[in-house]
Amino acid sequence: MCGIAGLIHRGKRSSVGSEMTSMLQALKHRGPDSTGFAVYGEPKPGDYIMRVKVAEREFMDKGHGVQAILDSRIENLESVLALHKAEVRAKETVTPYALRYVLGHDGDTEDMARHIEELEGIEILSMGNGLELIKDLGDAAEVSETYNLGTFDGTHAIGHTRMATESDVDIRSAHPYWAFPYNDVSVVHNGQITNYWIKRRQMEHKGHRFMSNCDSELLAVYTADNLANGISLEDSLRQSIEDIDGVFTYLVATKDQLGMAKDTMAAKPLVLYESDDLIVMASEEVAIRAILPHEIDTTDPYDEEVRVWQA
Amino acid sequence: MAGVSDAELKAMSQEDRAAALGMTTEQLTGRTSMIEFNADEEERFTYPWAPDVFYNKRADLDTTELTTTEVNTRIRELMNEGYGHITVKDPRGKHSLGVGILSRLTLEFEGSLGYFAVGLIDGPNVRIKGRVGWSCGENMMSGTIVVEKNAGSTFGAAIRGGDLVCKGSVGSRTGIDMKGGTILVGGDTGALSGFMMQRGRMVVCGNAGKNLGDSMYDGTIFIGGEIQSCGVDAVEAELTDLDKAWLTRKLGQYSMMPDQGVDHFTKIVAGKQLWNYDNLEPNEKKLIL
Repeated sequence: MCGIAGLIHRGKRSSVGSEMTSMLQALKHRGPDSTGFAVYGEPKPGDYIMRVKVAEREFMDKGHGVQAILDSRIENLESVLALHKAEVRAKETVTPYALRYVLGHDGDTEDMARHIEELEGIEILSMGNGLELIKDLGDAAEVSETYNLGTFDGTHAIGHTRMATESDVDIRSAHPYWAFPYNDVSVVHNGQITNYWIKRRQMEHKGHRFMSNCDSELLAVYTADNLANGISLEDSLRQSIEDIDGVFTYLVATKDQLGMAKDTMAAKPLVLYESDDLIVMASEEVAIRAILPHEIDTTDPYDEEVRVWQA
Repeated sequence: MAGVSDAELKAMSQEDRAAALGMTTEQLTGRTSMIEFNADEEERFTYPWAPDVFYNKRADLDTTELTTTEVNTRIRELMNEGYGHITVKDPRGKHSLGVGILSRLTLEFEGSLGYFAVGLIDGPNVRIKGRVGWSCGENMMSGTIVVEKNAGSTFGAAIRGGDLVCKGSVGSRTGIDMKGGTILVGGDTGALSGFMMQRGRMVVCGNAGKNLGDSMYDGTIFIGGEIQSCGVDAVEAELTDLDKAWLTRKLGQYSMMPDQGVDHFTKIVAGKQLWNYDNLEPNEKKLIL
């Protein structure tokens, strides 16, 4: 069934990593397979933050020789960065298979990213000015602790707890999804998309890449394509209700916005809390209560409802 | 089968063989559910095993550190101790609180509840001083539930009796498959409200989403605001004086009377033109509808 959550602070920063961890941990019962976060820090012009994985976690169980393979992949990755004249300003090896780079790059970032993903075993989880995308197997508390999200300050975040129904239990199929060519877009989704293959083929004909067989990735690619073509986030969300078949509630974040859309049947839940300086939403109220324990007024958005909030 | 050989089993009649194998061959009487009440009694308001509770005996239950199971177990323990007025504090949106209470009780929740709140109840009077998630009051048989804020989707799914009240707005599919009782909503309701409704009454003081009363078999829906669209076989009917009197009494009972009264309400009922109302096959009916 999966659980989704989102929050956005208006006009201020907060410990969104810690807040999203609490919310997703409260939704653990909706999806114990994997947990993912898309957190938005302060965009630094000229800096690209790249989150990348060089192997699936199950790869680590293959035994002797694994580390040498990972080292080789990282070496290849950094060769490609050098080839594209990307300056590595910072590098952090969070787990043996997950790394965080801060890059300086003036060239064609999309071309560089495509080149990186041609390398065996490597997937860019996110690349952007503000976005950092973290996802791994396990519950929110485990993933947050591993990736040190408790100290992450920012303006907004979305997150996901996954119960695998359409594809495998692995990092590749975990949410959130990020897509080229719009760097800072991320998506989390609860539902099933029934025209996935048709829409995926349309997107692939346009030159977009898919890294998984998870239907939710389509929403990221679809949104990124719309945004790259100058369509506003709100219009993209509204159009998706016409274009995408199935039952869904999904959240989209960009570097300074958070949006939501529900299908024509309102078949997937979302509870929403709005105040002047904070908007919080989740599949269940219990997640909102995890960060706002006092009594608050919440609502359920209706069918075909689309909302967008500015940071 | 110990003690009985295959040869002996083969030699038995079918009935004896079934008995030897531990199967029952008794004839069913046509009623398979447990009979709870004696129809000859003058007053049959409680289950025979329901605890005696006293409304003036009050208890508070702080649920901050308790799980759903612990809260529900504690409510039953308090009822067995005779407490008839239980106040549950700080529920923080937990799911399935207060479910399956089948006897009289005054139950208050000081805060919001999650999914399946107070479902499967038969008798208690419940007040929720917050909002509820999906499927509040599902399958309730009798009693009252009053939600003071908003409610999620499938509010009052398949209820059979009692009053289910939300003073705010509710989500989609309100009263889906309801088989009796009354649902009152102070605000708006979403799409497919009253879907496959079979009996009972639903009153919405605000607006209704699309496909209102879709495929309803029977029952009545009253809408005070705009109706986005009616569903298949849901049709408007005349609002009678009897309807107005009932609306006035019912809304007044819960302090939900709109400022403009009840004359503006639209009454929706089943058109009874769907195939299940005659002997025509669906394909034949398509030619007519």
